[in-house]
Formats: sequence, structure tokens, C-alpha cells
Amino acid sequence: MTKMKLALAQINTKLGDVDANLEKHLNLIGKATARGSDLILFPELSLTGYTLQDITPTVAHRPTSDDPIFRPLLEASNEIDMVVGFVNEDERHRFYIADAYLSEGKVLHVHHKVYLPTYGLFDEGRFFAWGDSIRAFDTRFGRVGMLICEDFWHISPPYLLWLDGADILLLTSASPGRGLNDDNRLESARWVEHTNQAYANLFTSFVAHSNRVGYEDGLHFWGGSTVYDPNGELLAKAPYQEEALTFVDLDLNQLHRTRARLPLLRDERTALVERELGRILGSNDRKAHTGR
Amino acid sequence: MAISNLDINTTLATKILSGFIKSELSRVGFTRAVIGLSGGIDSALSLALATEAIGKENVLAIRMPYKASSQDSLDHAQLCIDKFGVQSLTIPITEMADPLIAFDPKMSKTRKGNIMARCRMIVLYDQSEAFGGLVIGTSNKTEVLLGYSTIFGDSASALNPIGDLYKTQVRQLSRALGVPSEIIDKAPSADLWADQTDESELGFTYAEVDKLFYLLVDQRYRVEECVDAGFDEAFVQAVIKRVRQNQFKRMMPPIAKVSNRTIGYDFLYLRDWGT
Repeated sequence: MTKMKLALAQINTKLGDVDANLEKHLNLIGKATARGSDLILFPELSLTGYTLQDITPTVAHRPTSDDPIFRPLLEASNEIDMVVGFVNEDERHRFYIADAYLSEGKVLHVHHKVYLPTYGLFDEGRFFAWGDSIRAFDTRFGRVGMLICEDFWHISPPYLLWLDGADILLLTSASPGRGLNDDNRLESARWVEHTNQAYANLFTSFVAHSNRVGYEDGLHFWGGSTVYDPNGELLAKAPYQEEALTFVDLDLNQLHRTRARLPLLRDERTALVERELGRILGSNDRKAHTGR
Repeated sequence: MAISNLDINTTLATKILSGFIKSELSRVGFTRAVIGLSGGIDSALSLALATEAIGKENVLAIRMPYKASSQDSLDHAQLCIDKFGVQSLTIPITEMADPLIAFDPKMSKTRKGNIMARCRMIVLYDQSEAFGGLVIGTSNKTEVLLGYSTIFGDSASALNPIGDLYKTQVRQLSRALGVPSEIIDKAPSADLWADQTDESELGFTYAEVDKLFYLLVDQRYRVEECVDAGFDEAFVQAVIKRVRQNQFKRMMPPIAKVSNRTIGYDFLYLRDWGT
């Protein structure tokens, strides 16, 4: 497949009302299917809302065909691939912020958020378990990788996905708007847009981002979902602060053209990286970072 | 002086803040709002934002003069009502406040001012029920940080769209939204007694303290860095002390924990829970 029609579902959610959010998902999935989309990308925690706090354990689901929330989604995935955000409760009852990729009635991959911001206005580490793996996976459009919000504020997760073969990064977030100044966009929006465009450039890959809108108490989510191509060109951008279903055509042959011109992936010296990482992390030099 | 850019994009601010009012009203089943209009800039801005959010027909502005209130305050509030075309009421509080004030002939003006502020709160919450609208707050970030308010009086509201805007930014946004210039240009005053002004009572100007707050609060400067940036150390220390001493006004009353699960500590939900 060399063309992919992507739909960015930039939605508001009801906090803790999974049934209402499911209904909205199915409605938008129907619209995207009717427009001939191949994949629809929902934002972080799209089935639950973001600031869950003590609601967390009551809205957790498992992405299986006998789950009442996932059954209709899996059925719909026979028509269109999708990424949905939810709280995943594992078999030992740990709760993760998770994205599931559903296709042809099956769960192709589940990503658990590996970076839980627990600073400033964020308190995710208090309520959620830390994900522990970063894996690319194969889809009918090629190999892709999923990351959730703070995951892509760190450079290593997209880098690992790139090395693991992902040519399309599917990024989801529920990013609270902050940093109002005299610019026509918030500092948080500027930061994310710069970063995502840089990933597209540095990894010569497609980078699609679906962000939430709406309010939770005094927090608001700024939207502005984007898609960049392997040249770092902006292919599509949803409006700020408003719900939108944004359609964009991805010409996957752009990977061939960009990488023929700019062989950053070919030349990436992973063995050098491994050697140097080993040295840095193994050193007793207290300046080196040797964290978890 | 270090760069302290308090300028805001007023289009974006209006979009976010009016969206906040609309969202937070509608998700609890309301379409209307009640605002106490003092004749000052803060309540004028809240009124402008509420009108933008839900339409003038859904906003009730209430003037609540005390016998000692200045005529200017009443007139300026009327200018706003006319400008934004909202519904309005005038409910004097003199007959509510005076019997309590008469109870103690030696009552200080601070106590009298607190009584007036709390009488107005009672009127607003009564009209909230009568009109079927939530009370929109009118406290800006500068006064919330300084604790320059009466607890359970003018600080009481159901939601506050302007509490993250410094006074300087309130002025900028008010200008953009068409608040009458008489209101923007006059000296801010609680008008609880004759010739009272905020800045003479506080001992510094809003323009000055807003620049300091921008460094201290938003940019996380340390005291010595504020001094390096040109602020007088005594001023910096006095402001920090004031912010600390008034923390109680910014919080719900603490509950003494005895059980395994206590409201405020480990019973944690947003107000928007389920909506």
C-alpha cells in the first residue's frame, strides 16, 4: 500500500463516562469510514478523559473481544484501522495509560505510556503504573510506532521506534494548554509543534499527532493536531481549541524519495551509540545519567 | 529591569476563557450566569467574557451599592450594563449591612468592609438561585496571590475565568473587549470607604507587583535573582510574606485526617467528575 488516508479525531471527552465516549468514537469512526479513511487516530485516554485521579480503577478495560467497550471497536476495525486511548488494567491489576491499535478485528499492539509526568500540574505517577517497553509493529501500511504525550517529550522513545523500523509515528496526547503570551499560540503548542516537526526531519518519517480539546475544571486541551511528512513539511493541521475530524492523504512513497536524498537512517551509527551508551551508563562519573 | 513580558494575545485569551465559562456552566446543566458588577475593571472583564461565552440575554449583572459607595462606581457599572446589553438588577445592601454594623459602635472599617463584601455574596448567591445562573468570579491573579479580598465575600464564586490573569493583563484584555475607558483608566478601588484605593492600601502599584510576580511565580526566580533584576529586597520579601500569609484564602479549610480515606488528601476527583 502506497497511499494512506488518515483521519485525526480531535475530540473532547466526558470525564469518566466511558459509554458516552465510546458512542462518540463509533460516530466518528462511522464518518471516517464513510470518507474512505484507512486509519483514525484518537487522542490520549480518548475513552475515559484525562484527569482521572481516583476514577482510574473504575474506568479500566482490557482490549479483548469479550470486553463490552472493545467488542464494538474491534468489530468496527474490520472497516478501518484505529488507535484508541484507554486505561489498561493488566492481569495483576496495575493500571496503565494505554493506546491500542485495532485492525481487521484484532488488537495489533498495545502501548503503555512509559513516561508519566509527575511534576507541575501533572500527577500521573500517583495513579498509573509505568510502561516498560517501546516496540514498533507491522500494519497494512508498513511498520509504525505509537507514543503517548510525555513519551515524545523525551527524545529516546521516538529514536528507539525509528531503529525498530517505524516509518510512521502515531502520537497521541491530552496536552493541557499553558504559557499564554503575546504569540497567537500557547507555549505548549509551540513546543509540541517544533518537536514533532523536528522528529519528522531527524527521522525522515511521517509524524501524526492527535491532541485533545475541551476542558476539565480549569484545564483546557489545545488541539492543533498535525501531520508532518518525511521532509518535515506540514501536511495537515486541525484547529486550536475546537473539535475536528481532519482528513489527510499520506503518500508513503515520500519515504523512498526523502531517504534517497537524505540517508540519515542508512548512516545512523547504532553500534557507536550502543558502545557509548554502555560506557556512559556504566561509568562511575556522577555527571553521567544512570537513572531507571 | 529584566524582561517581564506580561503581554497576552487577547484573541486567544478570549477564546480560552469564554470557552471555559461556557463549558463549566453547561456541564453542570446551566446556561446562565450572575455577576456582581462593582464599577471596577475586574467585574467588567468577567462580564465581557461571560457575554462572549453565553450571550447577553443569559447574563445578569447586579449592582449592590452601600450608602457610602461612590456614585462613580454605580455609574461605571451602568456603563458596562449598557455597553454589553446584559440583564441587570440594582439591590442596595445598606439595609442588610447596617443592623450588623450598628451592633458594635467601635467597629473597624476593615470589619465593615468585610460585612459589605459578604452581604454582596449573599445577594449574588440568592440571585444565582432565582435567575438560574452560576456566580462568575471576578478575582484576578494579583489579588488572589496578595490575598487582597474578603474570604467568603468577594472571593466567593462558582468559577473564575480571570484568576490566572495579572491586573496588568486584565487591563489589556478589558481594552480589547471594549470595556469603557473610564473604568480601565481609573484608580482601582474596593470602594468600601471614601477615597480608598487598592494601591495606596497595598503600598505599591499593580504594575510594579505584577512584574515581580511574573518573575517570582511564573519564571520561578529566587529572591536574589529578583533583586539582581532591579527589585528592592524589602519589597520582594514583603510581597512573599503577604503571599504566604494569605495561602488560607486560596484553599478549602483543611480537614483533620483520621480515616483511611479523607476528602482533600486521598479522595481525589475533579469537580467535572462524570461530565
